[in-house]
Amino acid sequence: MSTRMFGAPVQRSEDARLVAGRGAFLDDLGAGACAAAFVRSPHARARIRDIDATDAVDVAGIIAVFTYEDLSGAMAEPLPLLIPHPCIVDGRTPYALAREHVHYVGEPVAMVVAADRYAAEDAAARIRVDYEVGEAVVGVDAAVSAERTVHAGMADNVAAHLVQEVGDARAAVAAAPNSLELELDIERSAATPLEGRGVYARWEPATSATGTDDGRLRVYSSTQTATGVRAAVAAKLELALGQVDVVVPDVGGGFGVKIVHPWPEEVMVPWAARRLGREVKWVEDRREHFVAAAHERAQRQRVRVGFDDSGRILGLDVDILHDNGAYLPYGVIVPIVTSTQLLGPYKPGAYRVEFRSLYTTTAVVTPYRGAGRPQGVFAMERTMDAVADHLGLDRLQVRAANVIRPEEMPYDQGLMFQDGRPLIYDSGDYPRMLEMIAELVDWPGFAEYRERARREGRRVGIGVACYVEGTGPGPYEGGHVQVETSGKVRVATGLTSQGQGHGTVLAQIVADELDVPIADVEVTTGDTRRMAYSVGTFASRGAVTSGSAVALAARRLKEKALRIAAEALEADAGDLEFADGRIQVKGSPAHGIELGTVAVLSNPLRYAFDAASAAATQFSGAADHESPPVAEGEAPGLEGTDYHSPLRCTFANGAHAAVVETDPDTAEIRILRYCVVHDCGNLINPRIVEGQVHGGVAQGVAGALYERMAYDSDGQLLNASLMDFLMPYASEVPTVEIAHMQTPSPLNPLGVKGAGEAGVIPGSAVLAAAVEDAEGFRVDRMPISPSELFELRNRHAAGEVASVPPRPSPATASDTSVPSAREPR
Amino acid sequence: MTEDVHDIRLRVNGIQHTARVPARRLLSDCLRHDLGLTGTHVGCEHGVCGACTVLVDGRPVRSCLMLAVSAAQHADITTVEGLAAADGTPHPVQQAFAECHALQCGFCTPGFLTLVAAYLRDNPDPGEDDAREAVTGNLCRCTGYQNIVAAVLRAAEITRGQDGVPRARPPAEEGRVPEAGGGRP
Repeated sequence: MSTRMFGAPVQRSEDARLVAGRGAFLDDLGAGACAAAFVRSPHARARIRDIDATDAVDVAGIIAVFTYEDLSGAMAEPLPLLIPHPCIVDGRTPYALAREHVHYVGEPVAMVVAADRYAAEDAAARIRVDYEVGEAVVGVDAAVSAERTVHAGMADNVAAHLVQEVGDARAAVAAAPNSLELELDIERSAATPLEGRGVYARWEPATSATGTDDGRLRVYSSTQTATGVRAAVAAKLELALGQVDVVVPDVGGGFGVKIVHPWPEEVMVPWAARRLGREVKWVEDRREHFVAAAHERAQRQRVRVGFDDSGRILGLDVDILHDNGAYLPYGVIVPIVTSTQLLGPYKPGAYRVEFRSLYTTTAVVTPYRGAGRPQGVFAMERTMDAVADHLGLDRLQVRAANVIRPEEMPYDQGLMFQDGRPLIYDSGDYPRMLEMIAELVDWPGFAEYRERARREGRRVGIGVACYVEGTGPGPYEGGHVQVETSGKVRVATGLTSQGQGHGTVLAQIVADELDVPIADVEVTTGDTRRMAYSVGTFASRGAVTSGSAVALAARRLKEKALRIAAEALEADAGDLEFADGRIQVKGSPAHGIELGTVAVLSNPLRYAFDAASAAATQFSGAADHESPPVAEGEAPGLEGTDYHSPLRCTFANGAHAAVVETDPDTAEIRILRYCVVHDCGNLINPRIVEGQVHGGVAQGVAGALYERMAYDSDGQLLNASLMDFLMPYASEVPTVEIAHMQTPSPLNPLGVKGAGEAGVIPGSAVLAAAVEDAEGFRVDRMPISPSELFELRNRHAAGEVASVPPRPSPATASDTSVPSAREPR
Repeated sequence: MTEDVHDIRLRVNGIQHTARVPARRLLSDCLRHDLGLTGTHVGCEHGVCGACTVLVDGRPVRSCLMLAVSAAQHADITTVEGLAAADGTPHPVQQAFAECHALQCGFCTPGFLTLVAAYLRDNPDPGEDDAREAVTGNLCRCTGYQNIVAAVLRAAEITRGQDGVPRARPPAEEGRVPEAGGGRP
């Protein structure tokens, strides 16, 4: 047997190409294509009176200008609402190009196609649009007040309204011996991958191979779903699905924003390519990404909690106001996730959650890594700290009093989750998670460290925050595994890759299943020509769904290979084993056959094309003339296809702890330590999982301390550049200390859970807790900048911000084991 | 409405290229679209992210902030495609980034590789804080930088030949950099 690959920190197979500069990202393709540029609304809300392209026509290289008036049929209808939900009161989606009204700055109004991007932008700048400017609706307050509505025909700005309740939470809060109320606020941030969106399309003329006299469309898109784009583009262009291929090249980061489809640009580019009969490419620039892609996170929350004297939560009643931006293309997944995943590892006696999802005249809000969970965790973990402070208990102790015990698994929270299936946790050991984070950060030793720092005139604080993340939702993913006559193994899955290392991880799984060297396994993702059935990459689902699917597909291939090998070796299939790229008789390794040879035999040939294939031709040896060359019920080729369709999500979990120092004079916030306990079930590749955690933590820190979308009251995004939007550099991101737990999931053949989003989820919660602990007053609004902390200090001094009482020494309050005290870095 | 164009000569990765460009053509666009060297990536076009970093006469430069006609006045440009040795052996920085899982999507990576190659040429023995400081001008959205810092240190180690790996060619030797000088071992 070869060394087992599953669980090993295998170096990525993707990297040799990427470090050599041989990556092929969207803008690296289509060197001869025409370039598109979009004229975008400079106003948050306006009526378009007229579009005049007269001056644009003079620009050398201009090919075409399109507006809404050029669209017809399905293209003239609004873009789809991707995930309908009964709670959506009025679901508005945009047109591919604005039809009379615009509802946010950046909304596409006209499309220019020209010889290159310079010419396209020159022409776009010369198109005069006459707007009747309306009033903007910016922020949750303006949306709720409904003094102005975003969309005509609506009485208010409520896009969706949902209540979920388990037990009678309001009665439980009222009856509880202790109760508190919290007002919480989180601002907008965004995924902001370093590569923005991009689409490149070409229309190929009809041939006998296209199966129609209408030609065929090839679309390349920097997307998180190849099959989604294919279906959406086919519907919009009124093409048969079989006429459209979507290929996803290397993608320079996604983090959720690229799951939205079809973007206006994503239908306009293929439409223009077909209409013009030319290759057309659009590559988003940085400003476009800021104003015209998608944002997330902004919510206001009111929490009412009732609890007993041990800190056990008896009733939890949460109201959420969610800013969904100008349209609702992705439905209400984000607030649904917030309202369900808010519960984390805990089991309140009764729970009620109500959200209103609100239109504002700003960029749309769709999932960004974490997808509503950071806000939910912020609500729950701020509540846990408030409960502990109210009772004078240690913060970890209160959490320990509320977590679900391992023996209670599977645990039904009684709610419906974002995949339309019950919120039932499959496995996890949350008490052990709390013990491990206490050990890793040395929670008990912190009181002494704090005292020492105080004597040095330094102000330090510690915080902790826990999460549970539903990962790997269905409906399904597929895998196709094929052994070629060379013995090389080709694997395909439909979902796409944006840097997660699927090519390596899926190869590890297949290499183990077939016992072949990992170097012989090649993986294709995101190409509808190779795997037409797929959903996409989101919700930490790649390893769970595609990982399981390729394992199952490899097992199907093995069954077939054993049948062929048994016949060739004149042995019983039960006596055979896979070993080092061969199938051999157990205990008699010399008696065996190469997998490549099995592949040759699996495909009876008339024509030989090399020495190996000659063995499968019709005169090559003894044949059974009583049965056909391909036996009944068999198909030629050594391949297997299968799908994994999970019953429901599998739930990963973890706890983060942070130690921060706040400067008494400047109010600067410095992270001294950042610790992560993380359980994503069985680890396929710990190196890749740790990389996912590192990157997630960086985005968590970013959202907590640096990044926000600064809209003014007119709906102008004031910081729409990387100069003003403070994406952290290496100087801002702490070193992450990680401890793994591995509680297998019973819901998939690999026992894995998703790992992609976990790192980001508790970021705002844990850093708010740590800053609060350092400062001695409540922090209920994130992100927090030094100037905001300075302002909070002033307001606290004026009695406007509540103090937190001195925290009890955790060494006496926590029952966790106490390692030797450790100095934060 | 037509635009004046200029015939320029650019020496990139040791090869002489010619291009006909308008004065406003960015070096990044010229490299990518006129010369077909798409390894250099464009992340912001306002000089903040560093993905487009190339070496101009051995010094890291944001190619989105330099015009192609200006670049033509310099002796030599090195892009990510030019880091490996002539026989294809990866540059120590390329090897280290792969070994340390210092890239995920790989989009920002060419900018880091060129930057770090120049940094290690001038600072062959950095400590961890130095290594972190060295990369603080470039943005990465995937890795959280931890493994990038590790890769800088690993690349220095490989370059010093401390683990039996043959000493690879630093990026700017053999007279390609007129003033590379100080601090080389």
